Amino acid sequence: MERRIRVLVAKLGLDAHDRGAKVVARAYRDAGFEVIYTGLYQRPEQVAAAAVQEDVDVVAVSSLAGAHMTLIPELIQKLREQGADDVLVLAGGVIPRDDIPALKEAGVAEVFGPGSDLDEIVRFTQDSVIHRI
Amino acid sequence: MSVKEWKERKERFAGVSDREVKGVYRPSDVADLDYERDLGDPGEYPYTRGIHPTMYRGRLWTMRQFAGFGTAEQTNRRFHYLLEQGQTGLSVAFDMPTLLGYDSDHPFANGEVGKLGVAVDSLRDFEILFEGIPLNKVSTSMTINPPASIMLCMYLAVADQQGVSWDQLSGTIQNDILKDYIAQKTYIYPPEPSLRLITDTIAFATKHVPKWNTISISGYHIREAGATAAQELAFTLADGMYYVEAAMRAGLDVDDFAPRLSFFFDVHNDFFEEIAKFRAARRIWARVMREKFGAKNPRSWMLRTHAQTAGVSLTAQQPLNNAVRVALQALAAVLGGVQSLHTNSYDEALALPTEEAVKIALRTQQIIAAETGVANVVDPLGGSYYVETLTNRLEEEAYAYFERIEALGGVVAAIQQGFFQREIADAAYRFQRRLAKGDYQVVGVNAYVDPDEKPVENLLKVDLEAQRRQIERTRQIRLTRDQKKAEAALEELRRASLSSENLLPYILQCVKAYCTEGEICHVWREVWGEYREEAVY
Repeated sequence: MERRIRVLVAKLGLDAHDRGAKVVARAYRDAGFEVIYTGLYQRPEQVAAAAVQEDVDVVAVSSLAGAHMTLIPELIQKLREQGADDVLVLAGGVIPRDDIPALKEAGVAEVFGPGSDLDEIVRFTQDSVIHRI
Repeated sequence: MSVKEWKERKERFAGVSDREVKGVYRPSDVADLDYERDLGDPGEYPYTRGIHPTMYRGRLWTMRQFAGFGTAEQTNRRFHYLLEQGQTGLSVAFDMPTLLGYDSDHPFANGEVGKLGVAVDSLRDFEILFEGIPLNKVSTSMTINPPASIMLCMYLAVADQQGVSWDQLSGTIQNDILKDYIAQKTYIYPPEPSLRLITDTIAFATKHVPKWNTISISGYHIREAGATAAQELAFTLADGMYYVEAAMRAGLDVDDFAPRLSFFFDVHNDFFEEIAKFRAARRIWARVMREKFGAKNPRSWMLRTHAQTAGVSLTAQQPLNNAVRVALQALAAVLGGVQSLHTNSYDEALALPTEEAVKIALRTQQIIAAETGVANVVDPLGGSYYVETLTNRLEEEAYAYFERIEALGGVVAAIQQGFFQREIADAAYRFQRRLAKGDYQVVGVNAYVDPDEKPVENLLKVDLEAQRRQIERTRQIRLTRDQKKAEAALEELRRASLSSENLLPYILQCVKAYCTEGEICHVWREVWGEYREEAVY
């Protein structure tokens, strides 16, 4: 039997805006994924450790407060250090278009900005990790 | 031809809160409405029609744009710009490290300094922030919660430097921790010490800073997190009642502090629902204050409120359309009789606003005030079958929530059980599903999409240089201040925090000794511990 996709929805740093993270977590759950939500105020190393410990396929980071260029590359670095460099990293939230190339360069697979369709986020995630299942 | 034979576009008509509405409202819908009992003239109990007899004919609402980014110098320049453009009150936006009580050089602050608001560590930052702004000439609102008492003390210290006496100061600190546990999530400490900070601030300011609004009981963040209009109304007023009870338990007379309580609501897209929400809020609060809490002073009965247009309604797609959304929302706020208003800028789904964008937002209010004629008549929608029905319905829904909250053991118990958090998360998810289904249309997002849309130029950027400069300043302060005096002040604050003394004099002493916000908050983190929530989604 196929196992379910495991996804860690994460909030990094001091960014308290969690509406998007929770909505996306729920959309994943409704799509049949196994979802773990980190809750607020997580350091990059904590999220990386949780990703390894929970053996997730995906880490989906939600950001509104503008620290994405500092904290997301740091998270990816920590994931690599812990040998979890095959985990799909997605980012969503208020991320200016100009920052997207650098984030992708750092290892983010896709960035979902404001107004993104929930079904599209789920579909993209499914298609990207299906080979792991 | 009967009405039934007319085809309608949809089976069901509902706005952003997903409450179904009929096509036509009639006298029968408001047959029980009693003018004296339920509405009253403007300026008369229960203030449904407004808290002043003449409303905007006497004085326009305060045009107060929430502003802050980068360092105190950058934000001070924005303040001067806004005042030059005719803004009538200031409103400070702080960055996330400041909101959560970390100095800019704390490792957790890396990458977040000055990003979402201005960075404030020490009194030096406040001196720069208000440079060239006489504090007896403006009113200032500060959106901050656990460290609210520290920011008030910094403001008082700047007033002392300017030679302005405290009784001339007017403004507001948000200071509303309950909605932080519920929605905004910028909490630090557990409920009990957090509420003590609030009641200490209320007691101190009531006596020494009599024109200061000691708390701004806020529905804005509750709504932005996903709540419906009825939930925003109900949860906010329930929080307000909790604060009144807490202050009365602390031994304060209701009529001493209640006139300084203020409110802060969102103004969302559903035009008439929003107008009705403000009217219902005033009626409920007046009745609760008089009948439940026995307040005798009419000023204790009046719900005074600030409003801000709905940030969540702004779209990153075709962002100029946001200026139109904001104008409509602002119009609803004015028709709802608010005392002050912030209008969002069209670029705020993408970044903090540029000077150009914020000017248009402010001009939107000025156009409403000067050109539309809506400020000439008080509560022009009073008596509308539809608006009165909506007002009644929102009031009923709010009372139904009050009962549920009471049954759970009150506001704090309901927070601990995740009640509000679940209600809001459910509503947020329902809304997102409606969007995905096309059941609710947002222009540019799931309707009238422009495939050839060009990216917006000239967004405001806060670079890491602001962080570097801010850290440098705070390090300099620590090197040049009287270290013994600073340490002694923090030690006295620690001792007082373990007792039941009012903490404000001790905080003021720390602030004047140039102790940093992070150092003060750290004392309390050690004494009281930190709050941790169980995420509900």
